[in-house]
Amino acid sequence: MKYSLLNLVRNSFSYHENWQEAWSSPELKKEYDIIIVGGGGHGLGTAYYLAKEFGLKNIAVLEKGWIGGGNTGRNTTIIRSNYLWDESAALYNHAVNLWEGLSSELNYNVMFSQRGLFHLAHTVHDMQEITRRGYSNHLNGIDAEILDKEQVLKKIPYINGDGRYPIMGALLQRRGGTARHDAVAWGYARAAENLGVDIIQNCEVKGINITNGTVTGLETTRGSVKAKKVGLVPAGHSSVLANMAGFHLPINSVPLQALVSEPIKPILDCVIMSNAVHVYVSQSDKGEIVVGAGSDAYNSYSQRGSFDMIEHIMGPLVELFPIFSRLKMLRQWGGIVDVTPDRSPIIGKTPVENLFINCGWGTGGFKATPGSAHTFAETVATGEPSKMAAPFSIDRHYSGALVDEAAAAAVAH
Amino acid sequence: MFVIKCPYCGERDQTEFSCHGESHIARPENPNEVNDKEWGEYLFFRSNPKGIHYERWTHDHGCRQWFNVKRHTVTDKIIQTYTMGESKPEDNNV
Repeated sequence: MKYSLLNLVRNSFSYHENWQEAWSSPELKKEYDIIIVGGGGHGLGTAYYLAKEFGLKNIAVLEKGWIGGGNTGRNTTIIRSNYLWDESAALYNHAVNLWEGLSSELNYNVMFSQRGLFHLAHTVHDMQEITRRGYSNHLNGIDAEILDKEQVLKKIPYINGDGRYPIMGALLQRRGGTARHDAVAWGYARAAENLGVDIIQNCEVKGINITNGTVTGLETTRGSVKAKKVGLVPAGHSSVLANMAGFHLPINSVPLQALVSEPIKPILDCVIMSNAVHVYVSQSDKGEIVVGAGSDAYNSYSQRGSFDMIEHIMGPLVELFPIFSRLKMLRQWGGIVDVTPDRSPIIGKTPVENLFINCGWGTGGFKATPGSAHTFAETVATGEPSKMAAPFSIDRHYSGALVDEAAAAAVAH
Repeated sequence: MFVIKCPYCGERDQTEFSCHGESHIARPENPNEVNDKEWGEYLFFRSNPKGIHYERWTHDHGCRQWFNVKRHTVTDKIIQTYTMGESKPEDNNV
């Protein structure tokens, strides 16, 4: 049923009790042409674009828990594309272009809000970094404005410009902002199912069947299933799945946590990021202050961050916004992020024929969801890395052609 | 938060330490003779297990010594700490 004003009125006569389910819970079939492992935004989006753009049928998405219950629902929902290197700029800006039309494309309100994103600079080095990145963005057709301290203070009331590390300027991307993370997973799931994709929840992959170097199917907690092609989109468990298929990845899985405060009246109408004091903060439409910062340095699959990291998140927040010091933090949670050496994702083929992988998005995968899904769908459909995905192959770790956003941003991002 | 038993100082808070990734990774003896694939594996590819992990920590705000930790990555439970140069303990006692 299409979501529209007409249907809203129509359903009001039955007290909104007869809306059909956004997606159903079909049984796992014996065989699919394409199986996507991982029902987060990237995986559901991949299935959606495979069906929509490439007209493919007989597709399933397997999710070990519930859709959007992994990192898609555990991030701080920040969206931007002002990356330094050409390869990243192309990929993330493709995502922003898709974000801009996503709600109408999916017929589902993902609450994409281009409220503007400020990267604060606190040192001379920071100013040089944002200036370099801003000019690089201009060359790649990405909007970037380099602001001085006065402009920053004018645009962001309540911010403390004269803390221990005074604000010297900022890089502003007006097209950046936030979206509602759950809605992204739900919207893609609903739209994918409308195109005939089976979304199988509570179905964990336990083994990958390979014959003569070619993937033939999967062993799952709901039984065996055959597949002609398999796409792995497993944030937080990339290495575990790769091990099942007999290869290694250049990935370490670490906890990244975030917090939200009690809801308050509108006070912050943009996204603030600071690499130097290291915190990022925005205000959700519900009024909560959403805060995140660094990941833990040790490998873990625990889905909880270390306690002392909370202090590293709250310290810089209160330094930048002393007015937030009396806020009560309501919730805190952790996700497991798969971090690559260059902090860029891995998208493309694997050593196993017809087995593809899209992983390693580290601490910043949410923003890329539509672009990642779109370019990975092309890769799975054609069997060859798409032009946008090609620089992000596993092989770059052998050739040395890293897309080094880690060095560019100086922090995980 | 962990309480980590430094082999030199005894039990201390995790905040005194920092983690530096997987341990027991041998550098190829003749870097000029290995191919790109082997060198890439050595530099970048890690086991990243969901289970027992062997890793290097330093006691930054203490004795500043490096040492090894055997830890379970699901429970985060530290099973054993041991000094650099000691051989890798067995996987069995989880």
